[in-house]
Amino acid sequence: MKAHVLIAGEAQGEVLALSHPISFWGGVDPRTGDIIDARHPERGKNIAGKILALPGMIGSSSAAAVMLELIHAGKAPAALIMPEPDAILLLGVIVAHEMEWPNCPAFALDKNTQKSLQGKTIHIASDGEIKI
Amino acid sequence: MALHFTKDDEAILAGHKGMGAKMALRIVAETARLMSAPRLIPIASAHIDGALYHGDSGTLFAEKLVEGEAKVAVRSTLNVGALDLMGCSKQRLPPHERDMAKRMMRAYEKMGCEPSWTCSPYQAGHRPALGSDVAWGESNAVVFCNSVLGARTNRYGDFLDIACAIAGRAPDYGLHRTENRRARFVIDVSGLSEQLRRADIFYPVLGTWFGLEMTNDIGVVDGLQGFPNEDNLKAFGAASASSGGVGLFHIAGVTPEAPTVEAALQGQKPEKVIRVTIDMVLGALKRLSNASSEAIDAIAIGSPHLSLDETHALLTLLNGRKVARPFFACTGRHVLRSIEADGTRSKLESLGITIVADTCVVVTPMLPEGGGVLMTNSGKFAHYATGNTGYTVQYGSLKDCVESAVSGHVIRDGGLWQ
Repeated sequence: MKAHVLIAGEAQGEVLALSHPISFWGGVDPRTGDIIDARHPERGKNIAGKILALPGMIGSSSAAAVMLELIHAGKAPAALIMPEPDAILLLGVIVAHEMEWPNCPAFALDKNTQKSLQGKTIHIASDGEIKI
Repeated sequence: MALHFTKDDEAILAGHKGMGAKMALRIVAETARLMSAPRLIPIASAHIDGALYHGDSGTLFAEKLVEGEAKVAVRSTLNVGALDLMGCSKQRLPPHERDMAKRMMRAYEKMGCEPSWTCSPYQAGHRPALGSDVAWGESNAVVFCNSVLGARTNRYGDFLDIACAIAGRAPDYGLHRTENRRARFVIDVSGLSEQLRRADIFYPVLGTWFGLEMTNDIGVVDGLQGFPNEDNLKAFGAASASSGGVGLFHIAGVTPEAPTVEAALQGQKPEKVIRVTIDMVLGALKRLSNASSEAIDAIAIGSPHLSLDETHALLTLLNGRKVARPFFACTGRHVLRSIEADGTRSKLESLGITIVADTCVVVTPMLPEGGGVLMTNSGKFAHYATGNTGYTVQYGSLKDCVESAVSGHVIRDGGLWQ
């Protein structure tokens, strides 16, 4: 299986595939990585260190600020998987590079493939090759 | 696809204009690569939403730009911060957060941004020309800029807004391109009563419905020719960008890219025509209130920030009566100067109104502690208040807010919706 590389890097970890889109601002606690959106089905789960698969993004343009804050606090996911590039969320990662803070690689993968990976421990190589 | 750089861009990337400018242009270029934009385009202005404190990392980023001697290359106004630097109102930020929020606001000012500190920059003299490319942040400012002014911007988020302002460039994709500004849906409201279409409260309610229906698609509204004023368009856009992700709307005979429905459709057939009924509007109205109690604990207006006309309307409706509950009227320095000069500020304050400048009640802790019921006439406050402040919401017109504030419990004029 191969994902399209959005932000290069290598990652290993357990996949947390969200069942619904999320707004990072108001949806994820930037200090802990906990999902706090009261209406989100995965509320209470923690995204830190997970390979976070997002079926879509909604809401505020402050998602980049939350993403940068998660990276700075050491609570970012090990990698992001999304159906298509989201300029707002990935800006948090782009700015982290400029700050010389840790990376959070990102890959594009369709929603159904994301779902099939839920709960599995995977390794994503820097060329996007996925091994379960 | 390789991005094309001009000679100027290459000089910036080589560090000839300082490390801050280099960092900013690299951020813009990396975004362009991600979004498959073939080139960068020059921008005429920016409106920066990135100076609102969400955590220390944003302050450190802004200070790194300042350290690299970054300056904005185009006119750049600032959206709200987390503090009222004019001292009109008080925020309950703990010392560390207060310090970092203030450092952040100062860093953006040092980069040459105008200390406008308002989410209504378009009413503070920042009105880019029809057809010009700009980089604006803050969802209500974005939708107003695109729709009412006809300038072209994507929804610029934190960091990219200031990076574009410093670089003077933006990635060429999305709403910068004419073909992506075409309406795909027609929303016909001509079946609603004239009385309703003339009422201020109709616009945030219709905007809420529009945002839920469109998500981030583009629609042209037909049947409002001759009705909305600028404050109505401001309220419509803000509500549509809260309940949905609307970045551009058209209103036939009102907004500049829609002299007619056909023009907004760019000569193509609509994918769908929706005839709006009173029941659809009532559904959106109902959604804006989520409080079970009729007793209210506070009132907040001014999202987006109040215009001078709106502050005068508040004073007229109060008609010399004092409010019985804390009442926050959020606005910008551009209006503050005028209401200080004409005496409106002191009259409002003597009737118990708290004027809030530079910030607002849903982005920083300032509503009375303990939560309760907040009454508002703003579709945007109604959308964000519960998540951000813990207050539940009673929604009403400005007149309803004033009558309720004087009595302490909800008083609504329901006649309009019959």
